[in-house]
Amino acid sequence: MAEQATISQEALDIAKKQATLGYRIKRNKACYFMLAPYFILFFFFTVLPVVMSVAFSFTYYNMLEMPEFIGWKNYIKLFLEDDIFLTSLKNTLILAVVTGPVSYFLCLLFAWIINEFKGWLRAFLTLIFYAPSICGNAYVVWQLILSGDRYGYLNGFLMDLGILDEAVIWMKTEKYVLPMLIVVQLWLSLGTGFLSFIAGLQTVDKSLYEAAALDGVKNRWQELWYVTLPAMKPQLMFGAVMQITQSFAIADVSIQLAGNPSVNYSGATVVTHLLDYGTVRFEMGYASAIATILFLLMVGSNMLVQRLLRRVGE
Amino acid sequence: MKRQKNYLKPYKKRRFFKPKEKKLNRSMAGNTLLFVVMAICGVAMVLPLVMVINNCLKPLDELYQFPPKIFVRNPTLENFSDLFTLMNDSWVPFSRYILNTIIITGGGMVGHVIIASLAAYPLAKHNFPGKNILFQMVVLSMMFSWTVTQTPQYMIISWLHINNTYWALILPACSFGMGLYLMKQFMEQLPDSLMESARLDGANEWGIFWQIVMPNVKPAWLTLAIFQFQQMWANTGSTFLRDEQLKPLQYSLQQISAGGMARAGAAAAVTFIIAAVPITFFLICQKNVLETMTSSGMKD
Repeated sequence: MAEQATISQEALDIAKKQATLGYRIKRNKACYFMLAPYFILFFFFTVLPVVMSVAFSFTYYNMLEMPEFIGWKNYIKLFLEDDIFLTSLKNTLILAVVTGPVSYFLCLLFAWIINEFKGWLRAFLTLIFYAPSICGNAYVVWQLILSGDRYGYLNGFLMDLGILDEAVIWMKTEKYVLPMLIVVQLWLSLGTGFLSFIAGLQTVDKSLYEAAALDGVKNRWQELWYVTLPAMKPQLMFGAVMQITQSFAIADVSIQLAGNPSVNYSGATVVTHLLDYGTVRFEMGYASAIATILFLLMVGSNMLVQRLLRRVGE
Repeated sequence: MKRQKNYLKPYKKRRFFKPKEKKLNRSMAGNTLLFVVMAICGVAMVLPLVMVINNCLKPLDELYQFPPKIFVRNPTLENFSDLFTLMNDSWVPFSRYILNTIIITGGGMVGHVIIASLAAYPLAKHNFPGKNILFQMVVLSMMFSWTVTQTPQYMIISWLHINNTYWALILPACSFGMGLYLMKQFMEQLPDSLMESARLDGANEWGIFWQIVMPNVKPAWLTLAIFQFQQMWANTGSTFLRDEQLKPLQYSLQQISAGGMARAGAAAAVTFIIAAVPITFFLICQKNVLETMTSSGMKD
């Protein structure tokens, strides 16, 4: 009897020891070694920059003198004095609110239609729709399309049809800049999220469709709404992250097509403003404040949309 | 006695493209409608790329023609020979730019694939303290773009004294969040029994990773390599690299195409090359990429 009691006491001690944090860390030593290279780099090039960005946003810092703490001044200046920032914020929000959801639904729509095709045709269509997003900076071809002289494709085409009498300088006319940027951005936006949708559509369990047909689903539209979309919720959430992040980060397209600074800042976005202060004027404190606001905008809207999407099909 | 090591073979053959079968709930009218919609949108999407291809074959007088024509009438390879002449005239030998690109993109690809896979394996297949928070951080990092961290990253790189070296481009590229995320999601699908049987044979975690996990996730690391290539290919590196001898191909190509009207032909050739390379890579590996993306979904 007594012996048995001591054994179970020992077992209890061992179990207790195994439950402690230190033991669990020690036992998984190999894991931490494997994680180390990635997370050291991740810390230096992602975590630390975000922390620094928040910290420096409360300082005046020009990379030569020591940073000087100035409280909320950068933010106050941004929202109350910096008209260009407010313009760029407005442009960014317009671009994001339009290109984000529209590109998301285009991704879904095209992926869904492509999924109806088979074999080489499907592979070919996937390539055609995905290609613009990976063609590097080949979107400079839009410079030729939107070129302000009559050699531009759009001008030439419209003049040929007699719709225009003389060439329009598209990217130097304030009212055309944002709409044109939206068109180009949409052309570029069928990226990783799009691929995720195509792949996700193929993993939907086929027996679900058969069951749905028995339950009275009559056409492909009902099938999409009642079966397909709920079944690919994880991909929908991943795609949303991709499209939202992309739509807030528009800058290169604007700089290439509209110039930086653009006419009356009609093509300025938060990122072009950030580049202006961070890489041209070297006002790092101010640039950090802009970056922090951009960070909050991106992460905030992502969190919000994730929360909304989690409710799909509930 | 030799034991058959089953777990060393790929555990299953995957069929990716669907076998032919009759679909339910499909009407002829719907099929036609979707085909027409797809045809129109497909033409709209592909038109700018068609222009890129045609422009690089146009002689100069066709590039400046009114009204502009999309399709080339007298195709010529003049633009490419112009480009090669310009390349030979460059101050730094052109082969040096190519070498730089190979080092930078190659280093970034290999480094990222190895480092991200190493980190993805424990995140996918082990339970250890801190696992969730680490993974959540990576997911969070996909929710903002690198532009946010660009300015402080510049400071960190100059503090580490790797400014103006290849490392300034390679190291940050190795830590992209998306690669780790895709790799981890893909590895989660591997059956635990695969690793369990190797463990019983006395393999350690390192051996399991290289001999069992990595061969089974080939589609995923091919995909990571391609995504990484797309990112690094488009990078001119002009923020971090000051020495002309260190700059990549992309930089010099863009310098050539920035030469104005006289170089419009060479610029068209440059645009074609810049677009064609990543598209070709994707074309070759499309199956693998799509297979990897099937597990890209975000679970709660």
